[in-house]
Amino acid sequence: MVAVVEAEPSRAEIDLIFHALADATRRDILARVIERERSVSALAGAYRMSLPAVQKHVAVLERAGLVGKERIGREQRVHAEPVRIRQARELLDRFEQLWRHRVAAMDALLAEEQAPPEKE
Amino acid sequence: MPVLDVEKDLDNLTMTVTAEFAADVERVWALYADPRRLERHWGPPGYPATFIQHELVPGARSHYYMTGPAGEQPHGIWIVREVDEPRSFVVDDAFADEQGEPNEEMGWSQMRAELTPVDGGTRVRFVTTFASREQLQQMLDMGMEQGLTLAMNQIDGLLAEESAAV
Repeated sequence: MVAVVEAEPSRAEIDLIFHALADATRRDILARVIERERSVSALAGAYRMSLPAVQKHVAVLERAGLVGKERIGREQRVHAEPVRIRQARELLDRFEQLWRHRVAAMDALLAEEQAPPEKE
Repeated sequence: MPVLDVEKDLDNLTMTVTAEFAADVERVWALYADPRRLERHWGPPGYPATFIQHELVPGARSHYYMTGPAGEQPHGIWIVREVDEPRSFVVDDAFADEQGEPNEEMGWSQMRAELTPVDGGTRVRFVTTFASREQLQQMLDMGMEQGLTLAMNQIDGLLAEESAAV
């Protein structure tokens, strides 16, 4: 058994996650490996990109913890790291909660103003 | 529920919230134009806001602070960029010191609000754009850890009104 530590990412880790996701090719690589594990050479073929260029992108995703890599024979295989991907989403999900709170407060305030005051 | 839709864009660090309110455009506008109304919904859960200075006119600076659960008072500043009353406004938002001087290191986020009259009320699109993920993170660190429990306490009276109206 492997213990999965789901601690909140540190600020430095968050930087790495956002940096990794700021590039269209890396997002696409991530989408592909979420679907299923892929070899680095298969990814290179998909983008008509040199192997080192794809390796560079994979390394950025790997530093952010979004993907993992393992060597099987002569092949390097890339797989998604779902815990980390979820954490990136959670950042924006938390901001969504703030806005839901604001909208509910605005809505309640309007309702309160609408209600006739009991006493002047 | 008044929130109709939430769109998140991880790449551009923007979030768009679309909500609908059962009030006309002028009343919804007043929730942002009037500092006493604004401070009743702007602060994150557990961090009620107090606006020391606020006027929704182009070029104006708003200065506010929030009071946290431990008594801490982080300050914030708005610079009003665009106002097209009662249709839209754009403000830049940043953390600030007690004098209202922006913390340039953290950078600015921008909020655009667009109000549209619809049948029976007003639809509002709020688009927030963050300059950096640190900025997003810091904002989330403030208050959001407290969760919704505090939010419920903070706006308990308001929510009671809301549920009574349903």
